[in-house]
Amino acid sequence: MDLVLSDDQKMIREEATRLLAERSTSERVREVVEAAQGVDAELWATIAGELGWCAMAIPEAFGGLGLGMTEQVLLMEAVGRRLAALPLWSTSCMAAPLIAAVGGDTAKAELLGRIAGGEAATVAWDIFAVDPLAHIGFDARASGDGYVIEGRAAQVSDLLAAAIVLVPAQLDGGLALFALPAGTGNSALLPTLDGTRQIGELTLDPVALPASARVDAAGFDAADADAAIASAMLGLAAEQIGAACGVMDVTLDYIASRVQFGRTIASFQAIKHRCARLEVDFSEARSLVYGAAAGFDATSPAERGMEIAAARALAGDLLYRASEEAIQLHGGVGFTWEYDPHLYFKRAQAASCLLGATHAHLGLIADALLGAEEAR
Amino acid sequence: MSDQTTDELRAEIRDWMASNLTGRFEVLRHRGNAGDGDALPDLRKEWERVLAGSRWTCPGWPHEWGGRGLSVAEQIVFQEEYSRAGGPGRMGHIGEGLVGPTLIAFGTQEQKERFLPGICSGTEFWCQGYSEPSAGSDLGNIRTRARQDPATGDWLVSGQKVWTSLAHLSDWIFVLARCEEGSVGRNGLIFLLMQLDQPGIEVQPIRQIGGGAEFNSVFFDGARASAANVVGKPGEGWKVAMALLSFERGISTLGQQMGFAQELELVCEIARENGAAKRPDLRQRIARAWTGLRAMRYLAMRVLSDDPSGETMRETLGYKYHWSNWHRDLGKLAMDVLGRDANVISDDPRHERLRQLFLFSRSDTIYGGSNEIQLNIIAEQGLGMPREPRGSLF
Repeated sequence: MDLVLSDDQKMIREEATRLLAERSTSERVREVVEAAQGVDAELWATIAGELGWCAMAIPEAFGGLGLGMTEQVLLMEAVGRRLAALPLWSTSCMAAPLIAAVGGDTAKAELLGRIAGGEAATVAWDIFAVDPLAHIGFDARASGDGYVIEGRAAQVSDLLAAAIVLVPAQLDGGLALFALPAGTGNSALLPTLDGTRQIGELTLDPVALPASARVDAAGFDAADADAAIASAMLGLAAEQIGAACGVMDVTLDYIASRVQFGRTIASFQAIKHRCARLEVDFSEARSLVYGAAAGFDATSPAERGMEIAAARALAGDLLYRASEEAIQLHGGVGFTWEYDPHLYFKRAQAASCLLGATHAHLGLIADALLGAEEAR
Repeated sequence: MSDQTTDELRAEIRDWMASNLTGRFEVLRHRGNAGDGDALPDLRKEWERVLAGSRWTCPGWPHEWGGRGLSVAEQIVFQEEYSRAGGPGRMGHIGEGLVGPTLIAFGTQEQKERFLPGICSGTEFWCQGYSEPSAGSDLGNIRTRARQDPATGDWLVSGQKVWTSLAHLSDWIFVLARCEEGSVGRNGLIFLLMQLDQPGIEVQPIRQIGGGAEFNSVFFDGARASAANVVGKPGEGWKVAMALLSFERGISTLGQQMGFAQELELVCEIARENGAAKRPDLRQRIARAWTGLRAMRYLAMRVLSDDPSGETMRETLGYKYHWSNWHRDLGKLAMDVLGRDANVISDDPRHERLRQLFLFSRSDTIYGGSNEIQLNIIAEQGLGMPREPRGSLF
């Protein structure tokens, strides 16, 4: 396995980093937060519509570029670094891989083509669980030529931004996947702690769907969707290490210019050591994310699951620690709306429980190493 | 290099270890590693000669000096398979990993011809004379003196080195000493090769917290280094000394990680046996240990991947801090998993191995640049933060 980035991969990263530094500035992120929509629609039009970021990981046969998980991770890292409010995670790391994993041929051709062309997508599954398909909130049954589906998903990422909403539902004792036609059901935008990711509530009370809305090949189970869940978790971990890098940049800049006792506060060893420890944690989490991405297709699902759980655990903890340290090391101004640490701090907390919190990820690893925990 | 070549090499080493680490060498499995470095020295020296007989010493050296010219990736394969098979701690490590590459880069033709064959054949063993009582983290504060004998041109050395691993079992020592009167810090140092068995040198073992004694104090009182055994120029010893430290490049760390993985597996095994595996707090800590080890593996692979852009340079700086603290934490985890069994000495050799891990891993965050120095280096060289001011007490 080669963990050195190729020149093309470096170029993708540099271009993404440059563009987002220009377009997702602190001022712009604050406008998005104030507008309370959780999405920067203009920026999305650029990166998805004009630049084709969503096409990267989609196979060439479906209108994509057929690039791998490493490219995906580099993009997510760049997005996280600027807290860019984009439905990229929902679209490229959740919805597209889920269609690729369990979709039927017609659905793949149509939906993946639309995503590659820049349409946003999401999945209405249990976004707080390490196994988001284990407790599905929707039930479907056949009815006439189509289906009737009923249920609720309390928090769906990028629900209103998505042109394609995928709904996994229980059907005849198994799972089926539906793509909701536009305007189906009731989608409500929820106000959030972290204003940089859109969250909505989806209620289907009940609704009738045509047969064409069903997009899975012929039923599936959670194991069939393993690659999609793994991709979602790894994409989130990449976004988290990116955000950690962003908040560390902000902090290092600030402490290099803040003078007390006749010296910059960056020159105090107490502060240097705290920054250095964050840097160690950062290298560790980033190596795990890159390593898991490089081996994504070659590693066995069991070992890949452990690695990605590990990456997610480290990345989530790292981002929280980096952003709480940012507030502390900024001193009084770290507590103000005007300075940026709070933007990262809110993101850190909100993201920490997506697809399971740290203890759940460590729990997965412990189960693999020590046998599943006995019921108590 | 293709994976196929690596696979063939891997199989070759695996077979070789399986057919040679047997019989009377069987007792060497998993012995002689850090914390146990003074175990079975005579047999381990014999083992070095068995390795040498099949040209498995110094595999990364160039062919002309007896090596196999293996690439970094191939050396990693060797280290991994050697450790996986339980190969004992290498008595020849300092010669092979540090002295040899330094002489190949900086030595005279005469020095290479004199010293490289002894290292390669497993007949001459080396130790490292850097640290002193007043020069630990602050290595530039070296006080051991070297003055030139005007009659012979030889160098006469007086002073003390400390924490010298395996000095009592070695034949030669390389010494960093001050050769210019009145010089301070990194200036005015000399890098000398010295025979240990001579009248002016006394070696005293230091008993460690685990009971063993693999470190020593080495006292010099007018001990002699031949004029031919200066490496580099007198006064430029610091340059050679630092280059020596960079040669290892962490290749042996992947072998080291294989040892860590075996220790973690041992902890899991005992946890499954004694019921500790049911405790939620220990489950989380064991999972964290696995996580840290996997991160270490990928970090090392990125560091060793020879990226000419130096992209990973900044992250490389944290490697020592990461592994040493991970390993120290594993020692504590091992004791907590053993629980009451940690407190009494039993017949189970696995328990003793974990007790030694617990005790010896306390040194991991001290030697080779303590935690505090590592954090300074990461902050200053990695993050570009201001340097620590130099004090004025000497």
